Amino acid sequence: MEFEAVIGLEVHAQLLTKTKIFCSCKNEFGAPPNTNVCPVCLGMPGSLPVLNKRAVEYAVKAALALNCKINRYSVFARKHYFYPDLPKAYQITQYELPFAENGWVEIEKSDGTKKRIRIKRIHMEEDAGKTIHGEGFDENSYVDLNRAGTPLIEIVSEPDISTPEEARLYMQKLRDILVWIGVNDGNLEEGSLRCDANVSIRPKGSKELGTRTEIKNVNSFRFIQKALEYEIERQIKVVKSGGKVVQETRLFDSQKGITKTMRTKEEAEDYRYFPEPDLPPLIIDDEWLESIRESLPELPDQVKERFISDYGVTSYDASILVREKELAEFFERAAKAYKGEAKRVANIIISDLLGVLNEAKLDISDSPVTPEGIAGLLTLVDNGTISIRVAKEEVLPEMVRSGKSPEVIVKEKGLVQISDESALREVIKKVMAGNEKAVKQYREGNEKQKQKAVKFLIGQVMKETKGKANPRLLNELIPKVLEEG
Amino acid sequence: MELLNKSLRELGNLIRKKELKPSELLETLLKRIEETEEKLNAYITVTEEEARKRVEVADRELEKLSEDEIPELFGIPISIKDNINVEGVRMTCASKILKDFISPYDATVVKRLRERGAIFIGKNNLDEFAMGSSTETSYFGPTRNPWDLERVPGGSSGGSAAAVSARSALASLGSDTGGSIRQPASFCGVVGLKPTYGRVSRYGLTAFASSLDQIGPITKNVEDAALLMNIISGQDSKDATSAKVPVPDFLSSINGEVKGLKAGLPKEYFVEGIEPEVKEKVFEAVKRLESLGIEFEEISLPHTAYAVETYYIIAPAEASSNLGRFDGVRYTYRAKDYKDLIDMYKKTRAEGFGDEVKRRIMIGTYTLSAGYYDAYYLKAQKVRTLIYRDFEESFKKVDFIVTPVSPTTAFKIGERTDDPIKMYLSDIFTIAVNLAGLPALSMPCGFDSSGLPIGIQFIGKAFDEETILKVGNALEKELKLNTLPPL
Ligand SMILES: [Zn+2]
Repeated sequence: MEFEAVIGLEVHAQLLTKTKIFCSCKNEFGAPPNTNVCPVCLGMPGSLPVLNKRAVEYAVKAALALNCKINRYSVFARKHYFYPDLPKAYQITQYELPFAENGWVEIEKSDGTKKRIRIKRIHMEEDAGKTIHGEGFDENSYVDLNRAGTPLIEIVSEPDISTPEEARLYMQKLRDILVWIGVNDGNLEEGSLRCDANVSIRPKGSKELGTRTEIKNVNSFRFIQKALEYEIERQIKVVKSGGKVVQETRLFDSQKGITKTMRTKEEAEDYRYFPEPDLPPLIIDDEWLESIRESLPELPDQVKERFISDYGVTSYDASILVREKELAEFFERAAKAYKGEAKRVANIIISDLLGVLNEAKLDISDSPVTPEGIAGLLTLVDNGTISIRVAKEEVLPEMVRSGKSPEVIVKEKGLVQISDESALREVIKKVMAGNEKAVKQYREGNEKQKQKAVKFLIGQVMKETKGKANPRLLNELIPKVLEEG
Repeated sequence: MELLNKSLRELGNLIRKKELKPSELLETLLKRIEETEEKLNAYITVTEEEARKRVEVADRELEKLSEDEIPELFGIPISIKDNINVEGVRMTCASKILKDFISPYDATVVKRLRERGAIFIGKNNLDEFAMGSSTETSYFGPTRNPWDLERVPGGSSGGSAAAVSARSALASLGSDTGGSIRQPASFCGVVGLKPTYGRVSRYGLTAFASSLDQIGPITKNVEDAALLMNIISGQDSKDATSAKVPVPDFLSSINGEVKGLKAGLPKEYFVEGIEPEVKEKVFEAVKRLESLGIEFEEISLPHTAYAVETYYIIAPAEASSNLGRFDGVRYTYRAKDYKDLIDMYKKTRAEGFGDEVKRRIMIGTYTLSAGYYDAYYLKAQKVRTLIYRDFEESFKKVDFIVTPVSPTTAFKIGERTDDPIKMYLSDIFTIAVNLAGLPALSMPCGFDSSGLPIGIQFIGKAFDEETILKVGNALEKELKLNTLPPL
């Protein structure tokens, strides 16, 4: 029997607000432990939560970007459990009435096919603090409440995901969108985006859902795929050997690449949800919603379509360009500044600039090369001042190093290409004199050998001119000079 | 005693005219506290030193200020129920679990009083976490009623009411979740006001039942209550449930005309279980109000019958949630020997909480559990809506409602501690008001044959504390009771 997997993801995304969701403490990563705290986020007696409007705006922005319906009336609730990093012994979240529902995102698989993953709901909640167990100090556990009260949205997908690859792509897509619209920093290592996965298997074609397990804390794109691959395989083995999958929560061990039982259904906690009496219902009126909608930038998929239709960029290149907003903006500015084909702009950015920046450990957002610089560089190639090789190998790296314009670099380094025929003839003659074997091969050899000799001599001329010889001209001249004897 | 018997306004005027130094007033009060505390146990903490430091500054400042620069409570000591935060002062909530907790911040009401010149003299005793009607569940021992030391002062704000009654406090702030200001005010012969839900910020009040709790004044007279209401009322950016409703000048409106007002007497409030003397005195007061031109009619609040049951689902549910934070991890008492985290939680909470608190945490945890939530909590919220609608209907016909505060006068210490149900019933007339979020005033209207004070309750429309304060002030002037206990 063949099996298929049914997967749903719950993704927690921290919102990049300046302050926490229910108090005015700073929302930042990496501060000394327990310094960004106050009576509210410490759960001191008598303290009360007040909802941060900016957090609502970020959350709504995310929900709109994920094609959700915004509920104008939503309610906060308390979710109870005891843990040292949960100061109030309850988390303020949304339960029965979340602020957003019924959205979707589209993923593009490696074979180019597209698939829509539906989003069931998005709700707002507060993050807990962090418990640190003895790390390097001693046997004690320590609690850092800086993170307590960080605004989160939890994005719950429908079980529309069928493979671990799709799960990874979905998560990546969410990250790209949230980073693009500026509500999340996309930093999985720092926990800005965290994922729990629900997975079950069923005979292929079956409509019924199997018993699912929940895998907690799969916090990198690679781990999502690996954890799910392992878990699906495990469930199939259980069923094939006549067993039954047990409903439980499992933890992914990233070192061993396996999932392990954390707690079974019987041990599941009763969170005793009830509406948060300290917060009135959240009402999002027309005016507010519209102003949030207006603040939403053009989304990556829309930009991608535009790059393809307006700039003639290939679909593949366009999807690379829209991976980051800064990159897309860089491309568009360069494409506008450049008179020639925008495709060439895309090409040099993707195949050369990104690599050089990467070597220099720079992001596109702090690139010393401006979009206008890229346009200028290509223009120098087009008007014959430099060859494309010189442009890519000599000028571009120097642009990244020094931040100077291509024109200045070409002048300073004397990289202007030799397009003067008589000057080139001199060099060719000199090279021929030093490479009699190749000359002989040309004169006596068959067509194939002739070509080989020309290629060799071009290389030698380039070497002699430090790459400045105009390659097109060289191609014409070498056979001519050889024939002339 | 003459000084301590004066109203806040009179004291303020004396200080403003520089006829009374804040330090003199403080020393007089401290002496009275010293005289009475051994008998009453109305305070958990007296902040003598801090208060002395503050009045020293106030004395000096007074010299520099002109009469109209001096705020109305300048240098006047106020006491605060010990479940409200005063920065730098211990706040115990009368519980072992918070016995060493020092408040890191001021409650909004405290901040507002400070801004009007008040200083703080100490923290009043209460039932542990305000759960009780007798101030007997305090970890720091019961408070006694100044009218009869064998009797309870009521609760949970029993320390505040006893202190104000004995004049060992000039005025106090209490909190009222099901009658905790009004019932002790009634038992001790003082005035207590529970404001409309949302009128006064709860920021800094240790939550018992968040959707029912309100802070309010406990004072010697109606005028003092109005004066304090002027200061503590109004929206607060730190409390999302505080209401954006304009605050009238309660003090200037208490002397307004009461003639022509319409009052309702709910028939359900004058039936079973009520002591004849209580009923009698309340009706006598009604007669006096009639003589002032107030018209009375019988009304019906049919769902009142379910108020106590509804309350004892909602309040413990919210309490079980609110008290989770007292877990031994950060600032509370922590049990000594434990083998792991869960064991630490269990022992800390088992040792740190008293029986009544544990009982309510258990009830609340149960009613919020999966499978029971709909049958209990959700249903209780629906009944709550019906109770509110009863009042809403009645207020179409009348301007305010008159009831007794409690079916009995102060009962004996220990008399009801083993019978929680009987204890819960002492709040039968006050609870519906909290469920409906309405304001209500409790004030003395006479004494029973053993000389114990009897209270009358005026329930107002939402955000109409003005009317009930006005009526209360009129009745007070009409009755001219001697409310000074023979202590
Ligand atoms: Zn904070």
